Amino acid sequence: MKFPDFDYACPASLDEALQLLEAHGEDALILAGGQSLMPVLAFRLAAPRILVDIKKLPGLDSVATNGEGFRLGANVRWCDILANGELRAAHPLLVEAIGHVAHYQIRNRGTVGGSLAYADPAAEMPGIAVTCDAEIVVASRTGERIVKAADFFLGALSTRLAPGEIITELRLPAWPAKRRWAFQEFARRRGDFALAGTAVFFDLNGEGLAVDAHVGVIGASDRPHRLAGAEAAITGSRVDADAISAAAAAASQEVEPMEDFHAPAAYRRSLVGTLVARALTDAMAD
Amino acid sequence: MTLRNLLIGSPIERVEDLRLVRGRGRFVADINFEDQLHAVILRSPIAHGRIRAVDPTDALAMPGVCAVITARDLGAEVPLIPLRLQPLPELQPFRQPMLAYDKVRFVGEPLAVIVAESPQLAEDALEGVRVDIEALPAVIGRDAAEAGDTVLFEAHGSNRAIRWTAVRGDADAAFRRADYTRRETFRVQRHAALFMEPRGFVARWDDETEKLTVWGAAKVAFANRRILAAAMGLSEEQIEMIEVDVGGGFGSRGEFYPEDFLIPFAACLLRCPVKWIEDRREHLSTANHARETECDVEIAATSDGRILGLRGRAWTDNGAYLRTNGSVAPRNVAQFMSGPYDIENIHLTTDHLTTNKTPTGTYRGPGRFEGDFVRERLIDLMAKDLGIDRVEIRRRNLVPEAKMPFPLATITPFESATELDSGDNHALLERCLTDFGWDQKSELNGKLIDGRYHGIAVGCFIEGGGAGPSENARIVLETDGSFSVHIGSAAVGQGIETIMAQIAGDALQVPMNRIRVAHGSTNDVTEGFGSYHSRSTVMGGSAIVLAAEKLKHSIREAAAMVLRCGAEEVNWDGDRVGGPGDMTVTLADLCTEPIEAEATYRNSEFTYAYGSLAAHVAVDVETGEVEVVEVASIKDVGRMINPLTLKGQAVGSIVQGLGGALLEHLIYDEDGQLLTGTLADYMVPGADCFPNIRATVVELKPSPLNPLGAKGGGEGEIIPIGGVIANAVAAALADYSIEPFDLPLTPPRLWALIGEVQRVL
Amino acid sequence: MQIKFEINGEMVEIDVAPRISLADCLRDTLGLTGTHLGCEHGVCGACTVLVDGQAVRACLMLAVETDGQSIVTIEGLSNDDALTPLQASFRKHHALQCGFCTPGMITTAHALLSNEPHADADRVREVLSGNICRCTGYIPIVEAVLSAREHYADKNGSK
Repeated sequence: MKFPDFDYACPASLDEALQLLEAHGEDALILAGGQSLMPVLAFRLAAPRILVDIKKLPGLDSVATNGEGFRLGANVRWCDILANGELRAAHPLLVEAIGHVAHYQIRNRGTVGGSLAYADPAAEMPGIAVTCDAEIVVASRTGERIVKAADFFLGALSTRLAPGEIITELRLPAWPAKRRWAFQEFARRRGDFALAGTAVFFDLNGEGLAVDAHVGVIGASDRPHRLAGAEAAITGSRVDADAISAAAAAASQEVEPMEDFHAPAAYRRSLVGTLVARALTDAMAD
Repeated sequence: MTLRNLLIGSPIERVEDLRLVRGRGRFVADINFEDQLHAVILRSPIAHGRIRAVDPTDALAMPGVCAVITARDLGAEVPLIPLRLQPLPELQPFRQPMLAYDKVRFVGEPLAVIVAESPQLAEDALEGVRVDIEALPAVIGRDAAEAGDTVLFEAHGSNRAIRWTAVRGDADAAFRRADYTRRETFRVQRHAALFMEPRGFVARWDDETEKLTVWGAAKVAFANRRILAAAMGLSEEQIEMIEVDVGGGFGSRGEFYPEDFLIPFAACLLRCPVKWIEDRREHLSTANHARETECDVEIAATSDGRILGLRGRAWTDNGAYLRTNGSVAPRNVAQFMSGPYDIENIHLTTDHLTTNKTPTGTYRGPGRFEGDFVRERLIDLMAKDLGIDRVEIRRRNLVPEAKMPFPLATITPFESATELDSGDNHALLERCLTDFGWDQKSELNGKLIDGRYHGIAVGCFIEGGGAGPSENARIVLETDGSFSVHIGSAAVGQGIETIMAQIAGDALQVPMNRIRVAHGSTNDVTEGFGSYHSRSTVMGGSAIVLAAEKLKHSIREAAAMVLRCGAEEVNWDGDRVGGPGDMTVTLADLCTEPIEAEATYRNSEFTYAYGSLAAHVAVDVETGEVEVVEVASIKDVGRMINPLTLKGQAVGSIVQGLGGALLEHLIYDEDGQLLTGTLADYMVPGADCFPNIRATVVELKPSPLNPLGAKGGGEGEIIPIGGVIANAVAAALADYSIEPFDLPLTPPRLWALIGEVQRVL
Repeated sequence: MQIKFEINGEMVEIDVAPRISLADCLRDTLGLTGTHLGCEHGVCGACTVLVDGQAVRACLMLAVETDGQSIVTIEGLSNDDALTPLQASFRKHHALQCGFCTPGMITTAHALLSNEPHADADRVREVLSGNICRCTGYIPIVEAVLSAREHYADKNGSK
């Protein structure tokens, strides 16, 4: 399982990288950590003429936090997120979810931008991006555009990223300190892609009722998405046992699960309900 | 003969480790020659079809490509891989050709060999070979195989290769007089050994000496040399098979596969060293698969739970061809289903079916894992039906020591009878229960704690070992006073260098640092049978004991000449030899030429280690996930050579078994495509999966059959795992009356079983 | 492509094709065969090496990506005189049988303990879950890593 033949370029600026991408069109693939791309190449499922390694692009490896939210450069690695103590306090859902990504060695190489671009339906980063209403900043020769995460993922391994475009940043909205949240995923072994997973958060208003409820799901369908019915079931509630079971039932009902040899659709449907219930219970625990 | 017991029985740290922990092992992929070429195998992309053309023209024009070998290049008749074990005439039609020539019968079957200047260039050229295959319907699964609308081997006319029959007593009569019978259907899924080091060979032909050297041999180097010599038209003396470090075997590695021939063939054709290292994708679709078995079995007993008989049928899905040892598991399912239990009446058959899947072979505990799953499940079902305690029912049925040697069912064809040699099954069951804490844990049975149901189970097993016919050892006293021990046993990662040095050290009464164990080449000894059936220690070790006796005799004779006394008067303390007077001479001074002795240990009877294993599981009924809270096992091997390595074998065996019970599954679609073709999809246990395993190995009843008293111990604990885990799950889910009959117990499968019950309730 | 990197403390300059993985480069170009290839698709962990001090899968990296970086392999974590405490602990606990996964286990465990000398059993298991061993059942490997911790803690003066 040796890689097919290709060239390699490691441009030092965004302009240079974009020029390379433009010049090579669909023959170019972006190397952004490579922890998903390299297996694809090893199985010869892709045959690029050139890999454009974006690791040297300046400014893409920083995590910035301000009152408006969080900016994760595309080259920020999982280990950077996990080692960032401030982030752990400021956006605990993100850090908790990223702790579930693959294995130790992978987390030292895999990047935010790489994961968003690869768009595995079970991947944690796209799931958090969608659940949190994040925006994805995309650069091309014609400038920069911002795509809502909710619109970015089209299906399994399919996104709105066009040839010649590079993801430069993920923008996550601000995270109130008292927000209730939880992340749950179910994988057969530690580090495996989850059969399903869920990220949930909501705020409790002065009366103890849930507002701004977000329930996202990964692994169950062909892309990460939010579960409107489950969100509605807890919105305005005290997120008590009744609300939680209503949300779980809604989640099971509205999800459109995939079926493969790992699990039938009915199983994933049930699993999503179970995980949503557990996540909401976790979120309410002190 | 008696051995001083200094090294044997001590937990000696392994000599192999000194190189392996430093990354200085020498595995086959580490062998290189300056002028070597690299081979890749072009494999069938479809499961069943008639070959119209394999055209290498374009590939030959690609950069760095030196040759493309197709079936046409192998001569008028493409050689077939012979059957190493049970080579019955009726099984001959199912042998695999070295390259497919008329039909392909599984995805991954070799069609051509591409040889190029680098592995990358060779792989590039795969797409340059034009393959035209007329697709035929794929025969997938028992129903399609038995229906026979499509057959893999038209000349044979049926997809059933053979039926094995195991008989003891009169099963039908026993069932007629039984108070109780229960009949169920069980399925064990296709899974595999999955050793970590991919297979590989480096072959070099030497024009001057007209000799072929092959690096990468394992397990059965001598047998494979014989096969290779015949296929190549060479004499055995012209071939040296060299075994370097081997990254695991578990029954699968080292059997003769097409590449065992194709790579040496390419080296001879091109007059150049040729190297091939299997990749993981081709490993998963071409190295022997194992275990896929369906059983429809019935148990008969008295109302007080004495088992009277076992009868029924098994079907094994053995894939497209019958490989070297492909009939071992189908035979064992029938012959060993009774395990350590005193069952007087048995009638079990196994239909060996061919399908368009990867061929099968042995995997640690072949046929025994499958058979034990069936038997241990039936015993628990019977206990529940009769209202008898699960432990008590086992006590009533285990073969008592007084009945040993105890004959098992006789298998036909290729008739073989065998008997349990020695052992105290009851003592081990009690010890296992104590170690496990059975009485305390029994209170957990069926209880819902923190959202999960807990359950426990215990099972008993036997492990056959010490397969004959013989093993050879040659010991050389070198002129520097050190000893070289050459054995025909093979190292597959089980620590043979250490274990054999311990045995030789005690036999020769010298410290281990004076002994060098060589096992790497077919040139070391005149014949060898290798490492399978937990035989290395029993057979190779016993051969060393015999060779040491012979060598000591020769050394005494040599010393008698020097010391001018009778050989019987010579004293020996391992370092020096002395005569009747004060005169002594060191071993180094004794000989100007090496002194050597070779001995053969022969054995026609198997040893049987035996033991018990208990497990505690917790089942999440919402997700169907089974957590293995704890496993505790005990096994008697008669005599332990190295408790450290033996315990290591036991723990490793348990975790492999848990993989088979819960995780591992080679899944095919209806077209015969393997869906679990990566290590992400074929799930073996990881470090986080099963953290609580306790294995104990004891010396209780030495085998009466060999000078060491040893019984094979490399497989044991994997054997009962499937049954014990399924029984523990059933115990946990007693409220739901769930009885699992199929492995693996995946979350979706258990969830579905629970869901069916909930719908009824 | 011409690249220059540090291998086990020594600067090396080589010419390597872009498509050659770091693992193949180490093994074939540099003869460092202690780095093993068990799957070549990033699952088994046998090829784990340290790049700039961090454990990575050498099958999922191109050699050309490591231009200017520092790489340590199992050979760089070994010496002739004696086993390192981690290696000795593997031997003592019988944490290897066939030894094929062992270099990856040791490089991974070394990276972990160098950064987290007080890692507990759960953390050790979590980190090693990216390295497949088919022989030992992992129990002795985890024991070996846990009992080697004191040597790393001493070294970091943080015990």
